[in-house]
Amino acid sequence: MKFIAEIDVMPQKEILDPQGKAVMLGLKNLGIRNVADVRIGRHITLEMEVDNQAAAEEEAAFACQKLLANLIMEDYTFTVRPA
Amino acid sequence: MEALPTLETARKLGLLAEEYDQICQILGRQPNFNELSIYSVMWSEHCSYKNSILWLKTLPKDSPRMLAKAGEENAGLVDLGDGLACAFKIESHNHPSALEPYQGAATGVGGINRDIFTMGARPIAQLNSLRFGNLATDRTKWIMRGVVKGIGDYGNAFGVPTVGGEVYFDDCYEINPLVNAFSAGIVEVGKVARAISYGVGNPVFIVGSATGKDGIGGAAFASEDISEKSTEKLPAVQVGDPFQEKLLLEATLEVIASGHVVGIQDMGAAGIICSTSEMSAKGEHGMVVWLDKVPTRQPNMKPFEILLSESQERMLVVVEKGHEAVIQAIFDKWDLNCVQIGEVTAGERLHFYMHGQLVADVPAESLVLGGGAPQYQREFKEPAYYQEFKKFDLATVPDVNGPDELRQVARHLLAHPNLCSRAWVYEQYDSMVGTANVNATEPCDAAIVNVKGTNKNLVLTVDCNGRYVKADPEVGCAIAVAEAARNVVCSGGEPVAITNNLNFGNPYLPEVYWQFVGAIKGMSRACLKFSTPVTGGNVSFYNQSVPKNAPASVESAVFPTPTIGMLGLLEGWENKMSLTFKQPGDLIYLIGRPVNDLASSEYLYSYRGVKASPAPAFDLDYEYAVHQVIKALISGKLIRSAHDVADGGLFVAVAESALHGQLGGQLNLAPAGLRHDAFWFGEAQSRVVVTVAPAQQAGFEARLAQLNADWLALGQVTAQPQLTIGHDLILTLAEAAELHLGTLPGYLG
Amino acid sequence: MKFGIVVFPGSNCDDDMVYTLGQLMGQPTVKLWHKDTHLQGCDWVVLPGGFSYGDYLRSGAIARFSPIMEAVVAHAQAGGPVLGICNGFQILTEAGLLPGALLRNLNRKYVCRNVYLKPVSGRAALTAPLDHQRAYQIPIAHGDGRYYAPPKTLAQLNHNDQILFKYCDAQGQITPEANPNGSAENIAGVCNAAKNVFGMMPHPERAASPLLGNADGRPLLDALLRLQPALVG
Repeated sequence: MKFIAEIDVMPQKEILDPQGKAVMLGLKNLGIRNVADVRIGRHITLEMEVDNQAAAEEEAAFACQKLLANLIMEDYTFTVRPA
Repeated sequence: MEALPTLETARKLGLLAEEYDQICQILGRQPNFNELSIYSVMWSEHCSYKNSILWLKTLPKDSPRMLAKAGEENAGLVDLGDGLACAFKIESHNHPSALEPYQGAATGVGGINRDIFTMGARPIAQLNSLRFGNLATDRTKWIMRGVVKGIGDYGNAFGVPTVGGEVYFDDCYEINPLVNAFSAGIVEVGKVARAISYGVGNPVFIVGSATGKDGIGGAAFASEDISEKSTEKLPAVQVGDPFQEKLLLEATLEVIASGHVVGIQDMGAAGIICSTSEMSAKGEHGMVVWLDKVPTRQPNMKPFEILLSESQERMLVVVEKGHEAVIQAIFDKWDLNCVQIGEVTAGERLHFYMHGQLVADVPAESLVLGGGAPQYQREFKEPAYYQEFKKFDLATVPDVNGPDELRQVARHLLAHPNLCSRAWVYEQYDSMVGTANVNATEPCDAAIVNVKGTNKNLVLTVDCNGRYVKADPEVGCAIAVAEAARNVVCSGGEPVAITNNLNFGNPYLPEVYWQFVGAIKGMSRACLKFSTPVTGGNVSFYNQSVPKNAPASVESAVFPTPTIGMLGLLEGWENKMSLTFKQPGDLIYLIGRPVNDLASSEYLYSYRGVKASPAPAFDLDYEYAVHQVIKALISGKLIRSAHDVADGGLFVAVAESALHGQLGGQLNLAPAGLRHDAFWFGEAQSRVVVTVAPAQQAGFEARLAQLNADWLALGQVTAQPQLTIGHDLILTLAEAAELHLGTLPGYLG
Repeated sequence: MKFGIVVFPGSNCDDDMVYTLGQLMGQPTVKLWHKDTHLQGCDWVVLPGGFSYGDYLRSGAIARFSPIMEAVVAHAQAGGPVLGICNGFQILTEAGLLPGALLRNLNRKYVCRNVYLKPVSGRAALTAPLDHQRAYQIPIAHGDGRYYAPPKTLAQLNHNDQILFKYCDAQGQITPEANPNGSAENIAGVCNAAKNVFGMMPHPERAASPLLGNADGRPLLDALLRLQPALVG
C-alpha cells in the first residue's frame, strides 16, 4: 500500500531561531506589526510503500529520529495517510 | 520562605565542601540557591582558572608594546605605533563542538569576536586551529563538516575574513575535537573601551539578543534532585546568530565612539553574573540589577536562569547618567534590544532583585579571578611514557630503500591528512572581505593583513604540534612558539606577542597536570627568547578521549595542545616574503642544519608506525639565530621565497613551494653521512627553504658567511613541472597536486 | 560621478566598496541607509555584498522590501545606473530588476576563491570597454551563486546581449570545470534589457589594488565611470 507522511521539523521551543527572528524583523520593517513570533522549520513529505498504517508511522518516526531532525535542537511531528 | 540549599546541593553544582564553607564565611550566612548557583559558575574552572592561574602567572607578560596585559581586559592590547593598537585573543569551544559541531564552532567564532569589539576594536582578521579524530570515521567526518561550516557561516556573515589556521588529525581527538578560534582587531589608542563599572547612579544596560535558557550550568542544573527546578527543559545547545552579531558590532562601535560609555563587556560564560561582577570588582563599585527587566526569550524564567544564561550576542553597558537617550537611539537604529536593567551603587555588593524581591546579595570581589575566587596548586607527576619515549633508538628504524621507497614515502606524506592541502577547508571561509588580505593570491608562512589606511600589516599565525608536546611538553611547547615566530619571520614580519589556547586533559590527573606545567615552562622560555609576551588566552581542561564517566588517564587525554596564536608586525610591503617558487633557474637553499633526526615526525609516526619517540631536535638559541639570518636575507633583498621546514620535513616544504609557484624543483642528493629519510622527512626544527636569483648567488653566500650561518645548496627551481632528486624523478607536479589536493575532498566530498 | 552605496542590515562589503570607489578611485561616495527613502542625488547606486537580514529566508528576499529600495527601483526605471555585487545581485533579482535567480551552489558549499571571468556583452557599459579576449581574475565568495533562469529567459539574455560575464579558465576557455557553482551557461553576471541595471556574483572591489596582488577588477570598476547617466537606455 502507498502512504504519504507529512513531516514538520521545527527548532525546539526553547532554542533560539535566528531565521525566524530575522524574518520577524523584516515583517516589522514592512509594517506588519501584529505578528508576535516567527519560527521557521522544514516541511518534508515521504511517499512510502508499506503494508499498513502502523508500519508507515514506524518508518516515518525512524526517519525523523535518525536523519530528518537533529534531536539535540529540533522536534518533529508527522501525520501519515494512505496515498 | 524556601529551605536553603544544603552542602549536598553545592556538591551537585560542582563546588567542593571547603568552597561551600568559604562561601558561608564570605556571606556570613548560608547562601540561597541563586547565590550558590552564582558561586558555582564563577568559581568553576571556566571562569576562575582556579587550577591554572598560579602557573599562568609565571608567563612573561611585559613588553614596551603592551597597553593591556594578560588578564587586565577582555583581550590583550598591543601598541602598533602611530596611535593604533591591536586587540587579539584565541579561545576554545571544544566541548560544545563535540556535542553539536556546527553550532559549537559558530558560537565559538561569535564569542571571540565579541571579546575584541567590546574593547572598541574592529575585528579585521580571524584564524582558527582545529583538531579532529581519524578522518576515516563517520564521527570525524560529521564533526569536521559541521565545524568548518559553522565557522564559515558565522564568520562569513559577520564579515571579517578568515585568513589562516591549522588542522590536524589524530585518534586522540576522536571523541573530543579541539576548536580554537582567534580574532584580531584594530582600535585607536585612547579610544579603547574598558570592562569596568563605576560612578554611583550610572545606568546599566543589557543590549543585543534576548536572554534564553542557554548553557545554564550544564548537567548539574539538569539534575532532577536540585530543588530549584527549571520550568522547562534546558536546551543542550546554544544557537549562534551572526546577523545579530554583525548588528551588535556596528552598534557597539558606534556607542563607544559616542564617548558616553563608562564600561562595556560582552556576555560569554556565566552571562550576566560574570559581566556584572567582573566590571564592578574592577571599578570597585556595587550594582543593583532588576532581573525582571531583562528581555527574555521565554516567559517565567527563574532568577538563577537569567543570571547564568549564556545566550549569545549580548553585552552589558554602563553609561554616563544623562546620556541614556544617545545610547538608546543608536541601538534603535540597528534594531537591537537596549534595556536599562540596573544602576551603579556605592560599596562593593551586587544586589539582584526579581519583582521587587532581593534574590541574591553578594560581594563582587569575592566572585572574580584575582579576587576571592579560589586558586589551587595541583599535584603533578611525570608520566611513565615520558622516559619510554626517550628510549627511542634511530638505529631500529630502517632507512628508505632507494628511490622507489623515497617515492612511496613522498606520496604518503603529500597525501596524508595532516600534511595535504587545506583548500577544502579554507575555501569555505571568506578570506578576502575587507580587501586587506595581502596574500590572497600568493601564500606566505603566516597570514598578512593590512591595517587599512596605513602601511602597517599584521602578520598572524596559529601553531602547535600536539605530538611534539606529548613527547616532551617543555620542548614541544617551546617549538610551538618557535614555529609561530619562524612563520612570522619567513613572511617578513617581526614577532610581537602571543595569545595561547591551552587544551589539556583532566587537571586532577597528576600526569596531565605535569604536561600542563611543562608546557607553561617551555612557553615561558621561548616567549622570553623571542620577546613575545603572553597577552592572554584561554585554558580548556577535561579534553579526554573517553566516553563520559569512564575512568580517565593521561593515556586517554588528548595530546596536550597549547595552541600559540602569534601577532607579528610588518611595516610597509618591501619585506613581505611569500613561500612560492618564483622563477625557473632560481637556486634553492636550506638555511639551518640538516640533522639525523626522525623523532616525532609524521614519517616515523604514520609511515613507520613508531608512536613512541621524543620531541624533534630543537635548540632555542639556534632557532633564534636562524630567524636573525632570515631577517637579514629578507631585508638585504637576497631571497625570493622563504618557507619553513615543518611537519613532513624538507621534501614536503619544497613540494609546497613548487606547487604554489607551479614550478618544478631539481634537488641534490642527501649529503653524505646523513640518512635519506632523516634528511628529506625528518622534522628537526630551525630550518628554512629559500630561493635565490642566480644573479644574487654570490651576494647571498657572502652574506651567509658574514653571518656565520649554516646553509646547504639544495638544487634549482625548474620550468619542467616535476620534482627530482639526483637523477630520479620523484613526482610530476600534476601527480603531486592530485595527491595533495585530493585527500580532504576524497574523505569529505 | 557620485556613488551611493546602500547599507542593509547585514551588508558587509559596503566599507570595501566605499574604500575602493572613494579612496582608490577618488569618486564622491555616500552610504545610503536602508531605512532612508531618497538617494541624495547619486548618479550610481551600488548594492554591496554581505548577508542582508542574515540571508536566512532566501538571499536578498527581505532586503528588497527596505524603504530605500523604492527609490532604487524608481531610479532604475528612470534609466539610472544600478550595480549589485554578490548579495546586491541577489537583491536585484529578488526585486525583479534583473532576470533570473541565484540558487544554492551546486555542491551546497560556500566557496571563496579567485576565479576567471570572460567579458561577454559587447554593448553593456560595464563590459564594452574590457578586453573580450582576456580572462580577468576576480574573487568569488558566496553560498548562493548558481545563476538560474528558465530557457526562454536565457535565450532572451543571449539575444539581447545581456550576459556580462561568464566563468572561464585562466586561458579564457568557458568550460564546465571553470564553473564554480553550477551557473547556467557559466553566467557570472547579467544586466537588464535597458542595460542600466547590472548584477554580478564576483567581487571586482576585492581585486582593485596592486597591494592585494591583484588589480584585475580595476578595469571593471573604471568602466562604471564611463557610463554617462544621460546616455543610458
